[in-house]
Amino acid sequence: MANDPIHQFQLFPIVDIDVAGVDLSFTNSALFMALTVGSVVLFLVLSTTGRGLVPNRWQSMAEMSYEFVANTLRSSSGTEGMRFFPLVFSLFMFILFANLWGMFPYFFTVTSHIIVTFALAMLVILTVVIVGLMRHGTHFFGIFIPGGVPMALIPLVSLIEIISFLSRPISLSVRLFANMLAGHITLKVFAAFIVTLGGLGIGGWLGAVLPLGMTVALTALEFLVAFLQAYVFTVLTCMYLNDAIHPGH
Amino acid sequence: MSDRGSGGRGPSGPGGEHGNGGPQDDRALADRLQRLGRSLDRPGAKDDPAPSSASTASSGWGQAVRVSSEFIAGVIVGGGIGWIVDWFFGISPIGLVIFLLLGFAAGVLNVLRVAGRATTPGRDPTKR
Repeated sequence: MANDPIHQFQLFPIVDIDVAGVDLSFTNSALFMALTVGSVVLFLVLSTTGRGLVPNRWQSMAEMSYEFVANTLRSSSGTEGMRFFPLVFSLFMFILFANLWGMFPYFFTVTSHIIVTFALAMLVILTVVIVGLMRHGTHFFGIFIPGGVPMALIPLVSLIEIISFLSRPISLSVRLFANMLAGHITLKVFAAFIVTLGGLGIGGWLGAVLPLGMTVALTALEFLVAFLQAYVFTVLTCMYLNDAIHPGH
Repeated sequence: MSDRGSGGRGPSGPGGEHGNGGPQDDRALADRLQRLGRSLDRPGAKDDPAPSSASTASSGWGQAVRVSSEFIAGVIVGGGIGWIVDWFFGISPIGLVIFLLLGFAAGVLNVLRVAGRATTPGRDPTKR
């Protein structure tokens, strides 16, 4: 295990549940998803119970996260986009907390599995498609026809636009997944260097200082990436939701 | 908070995420937001949300992952559609060839969009 950087991503069942031949076991991934949701709920409920006019530290943190997501949403899709605030805020908090829980040693990172991030991305894209179709009907498909294109090129260009649209959930999920996966593997590899070099005697100990410093620096970078990827996911969600609200302009 | 006054713009058709929406729902939401905004109007309430220092610190890595994922996603989707078309119509290499090329084009379009060199879909470039 010591030198296997992939081991941390292994799934294993904690409680075996088998419903009619379908494996619905409660895995470590499910445990950390529950932990993430539970900690988000606990944080927001506990920090807003005081409701002071002058907020204390916890309330201030909750208000900051609200303001941050609300401003992001409002700046990209206007006041009308605020009806999607519950969805966007839930996504941001879930991804942020999942990424941050993953920073603990020996903890599992939920967002380092592509099926989890892909499910989140599909949630966003299906919301965009369904809301867009409900609000604008067939006019929603106007996003596939760019303006100012000659008539002869419209089929080709709209085909490319459709492929571009379909690639959104993939790029959205791959970005988050790749960042978390690559970051955690890099961290693990450099940490393993320390152990390996430490086994070589006094010279190895001196050499191990370098990967140790690298690990410390990478940990700081990973905290930044954890926040930044949650933010990027939120910004892109807002941009895509804007297509559902204001297609074709 | 600067665009608060222009609530209710654009077509407010029926529906919405909660299903029972409508024009009055939009207006009620705009009113509520306006009231909340008024009661929150205090000095220092509006601050810049963008993490400018954070995004510049890891801009290279972030940009690289962003651009490459956009491009790869386009090619993967194009290839996937081509493979499905082949499997569906039984025209083995042709669909894959055509849709991989289209996927490549879509990937390049995605990358240009990330770089801000191309307009977002549906937007008329002549009206900017």
